[in-house]
Amino acid sequence: MTIMLTILLLAAAAYVLARRRAWAVAAGRPASLHSRPVYHAWFAALIAAAPALALWFLWLLFGERLLLALAETELPPAFLEQPAFTLNFHLEEIVRLAQGLAPRRPPAPEVVAAAEVYARYQSIGSATSIAGAFALALAGAALALRWISPEFKARHHVERWVTYTLFAAATVSVLTTVGIVFSVLFESIRFFERIPITEFLFGLHWSPQTAIREDQIGASGSFGAVPLFAGTLLVTVIALLVAGPLGLLSAIYLSEYAGPRFRAVAKPVLELLAGIPTVVYGFFAALTVAPFIRDLGASLGLNVASESALAAGGVMGIMIIPFVSSLSDDALSAVPMSLREASLGLGATRAETVRKVILPAALPGVIAGFLLAVSRAIGETMIVVMAAGLAANLTANPFEAVTTVTVQIVTLLVGDQQFDSAKTLAAFALGLVLFMGTLLLNIAALYVLKTYREKYD
Amino acid sequence: MTEMVRSTAVADRLPARPTADAAQARLRRRYAAERRFRLIGLLAVLTGFGLLALLLFTVFAQAWPAFLQSKIRLEVAFAEDVIAPDGERDRAALMAASYRSLLQEALDDLFPEVEDRREERALKDLLSPAAELELRDMVVDNPALVGTTQQVWLTAADDVDQYVKGYVDPSLPERLRRLTDDQIGWLQWLELHDRVAQKFNTALFTQGDSREPEMAGLWGAVVGSFWLVVVTLVLSAPLGIAAAVYLEEFAPKNNRWVDMIEVNINNLAAVPSIVFGLLGLAVFLNVMNLPRSAPLVGGLTLTLITLPTIVVATRATLRSIPPSIREAAYGIGASRLQVVGHHVLPLALPGIMTGTIIGMAHALGETAPLLMIGMVAFVADIPDGPLSPATALPVQIFLWADSPERAFIERSAAAIVVLLGFLIVMNAAAVFLRQRFQIRW
Repeated sequence: MTIMLTILLLAAAAYVLARRRAWAVAAGRPASLHSRPVYHAWFAALIAAAPALALWFLWLLFGERLLLALAETELPPAFLEQPAFTLNFHLEEIVRLAQGLAPRRPPAPEVVAAAEVYARYQSIGSATSIAGAFALALAGAALALRWISPEFKARHHVERWVTYTLFAAATVSVLTTVGIVFSVLFESIRFFERIPITEFLFGLHWSPQTAIREDQIGASGSFGAVPLFAGTLLVTVIALLVAGPLGLLSAIYLSEYAGPRFRAVAKPVLELLAGIPTVVYGFFAALTVAPFIRDLGASLGLNVASESALAAGGVMGIMIIPFVSSLSDDALSAVPMSLREASLGLGATRAETVRKVILPAALPGVIAGFLLAVSRAIGETMIVVMAAGLAANLTANPFEAVTTVTVQIVTLLVGDQQFDSAKTLAAFALGLVLFMGTLLLNIAALYVLKTYREKYD
Repeated sequence: MTEMVRSTAVADRLPARPTADAAQARLRRRYAAERRFRLIGLLAVLTGFGLLALLLFTVFAQAWPAFLQSKIRLEVAFAEDVIAPDGERDRAALMAASYRSLLQEALDDLFPEVEDRREERALKDLLSPAAELELRDMVVDNPALVGTTQQVWLTAADDVDQYVKGYVDPSLPERLRRLTDDQIGWLQWLELHDRVAQKFNTALFTQGDSREPEMAGLWGAVVGSFWLVVVTLVLSAPLGIAAAVYLEEFAPKNNRWVDMIEVNINNLAAVPSIVFGLLGLAVFLNVMNLPRSAPLVGGLTLTLITLPTIVVATRATLRSIPPSIREAAYGIGASRLQVVGHHVLPLALPGIMTGTIIGMAHALGETAPLLMIGMVAFVADIPDGPLSPATALPVQIFLWADSPERAFIERSAAAIVVLLGFLIVMNAAAVFLRQRFQIRW
């Protein structure tokens, strides 16, 4: 942190010096310079700071890895042949020892030796990179100061750098996607090396408890994800049964019947539903709706689980009302007035116009809205984590507890875990399914919009 | 001829004798259907409102008891021989003194008939473990209290609090309650003598999390959320604005790479947030070895989640600025960067800020990805920076809502009220910025 600040301070000094020097070179006539003094100053600051910071970040990011690799060469080959988990523990201990922290267990002599090597290389490495960064900063500043002349095109250089930076910022989104795909894919592949993909996709039994001891009964756990998919589907269908009619009818009322003043109030109020954090819906589902449905069921003689799919799905339906209604509203509003007027002119009532003319014309948009709402419901986590159960029941009964893909991802990954177990890897396989599923739904929504939308002039 | 055939065919399909009555009846039916349809639409909108109101009402109804906390008034004798037997009044000595025995003395004075050890413990359990700390803090803040006797309001245990709030039914058999018959008897005596009262729950707003509901507060979670939002803002605002400026002002048209970036941003906006959590776990924690449970990692993950929101909002604002501004600037010889930096961005600033605030509000309410990167741990300390273990406001809601104690459920609802309060402030700021500064072209 202090290193970074020092580099930035050097850059600021370069800025001030370069500005003065540019003014001096211009000798009172700034128009004689190709670039205005500010650009010379910015150029100096950039060339002083950028390479130095880059070097320092490289050291921060990869230094530890490099040092560990060096320390590992000190360890006897026999020591390296232990299981990955214990080896990792020892590597962490090396780092802790080298940083002067207390070891968590009395360390093995090899570890102590390696830690000494680590510490030695660390002091060398950090000294070199700090010195290197400062040297780069000073050299950059000196170079920039020497380059200042009336002909030097500082503005062009600065603008090119800024454009590169902007482009780099734009590629972050691509990197994110690549990061998601790779992180989920790699762990999934490791998972499918242990559990065949067919068992995962088509198996009917889900109980990911892997044994702590190797010889325990049921040590393997079973990873048939069909109950999770079925549970997700059930919750989503219930959510859609709530949100579909409510959202679509609200959209119709707001776009076809409501006066401008009612609309101006009602639309934002409905959209508030989308702005409420999902954990609040989870609280509502788990502590208000679920007990209510259970007690209601009990009074009717029905046996309703206290974590019923109905409660989670119903509340999720409330959450996605605004998705359905605002997307349907957009689709309905996009239908040209001339169609409405023609229908009304033929003597149809408004309701008939909506049902026979406007809805069919807006159907692709409405369907796309529903698909997006479904993708939202599938990926929704907090409501189901708080209100749906953990039991992987394969059932279509909305009064029973079901579990969903997102619930299982959370339960598999929250808490202490061993990162290599099939149990944690399964979460990434589920994440892959979730990512692919929502991606496909979005592509389908776009496809429906593109292919079936009627074009009106 | 064909004309004739068609007209007879139409006539055949009409009712045989279209009397005025039948036509009237049909019209009435159609109008009734129209009215019904309209009513159903209105009902759908009102149902939406009703559900929103129900949601908010139930949360507020569950939240308000948490803003009050029962306290018990005792006469505490700050005896010198207990607190400072050797006359030392420095901080360390005062911190180390046994305030438990002061409490014991005060309770003994009130209930001299309680002598059995078990009963004594039950009596002391009326008070929260916080009571000792409260006495200690009083003495440390004001050492002059030593040697005096004071009337002190001390925090009651959460079971007592629930009883005072009327959630414990004394007519239930003793084993079904968390308070014994004796304890209820003492409480009734205390209530009769005005020694029990509900006071504003300051602990809720000043303390970190705790295993004891009456000592648990939101402050740790609020500070954690603050660091999360700071990290997210510092990273996502420059990145998002830069990306939007590039795509809108600098990117070459019909370039495949640029198209790919656009498709990517739109897709990322629809990826479930929990998948971003998986990314954070795999990349930030396992590959980059950043500290678990730290707001830094949470902020990095939330940055990726909010980035599409900010990019889309910024691009919409940039697009709304008329080309004439740019052309005028180009016309007097400005370079592209100068056009953007001197003219377009300042004009777009209100819109960009609105979009950024909405993105931050979104980040503040996000929970699922934080569960993935270990921000669900029990953290009692107030985090002092983006690298110390922390939890966040929505995660705190999740944790407390999961607990079996009613007192925690109440506090969870109170945390929701606080969270919604922050969100309302942020959204109001966004609306204000839009109303006040946005230029309509």
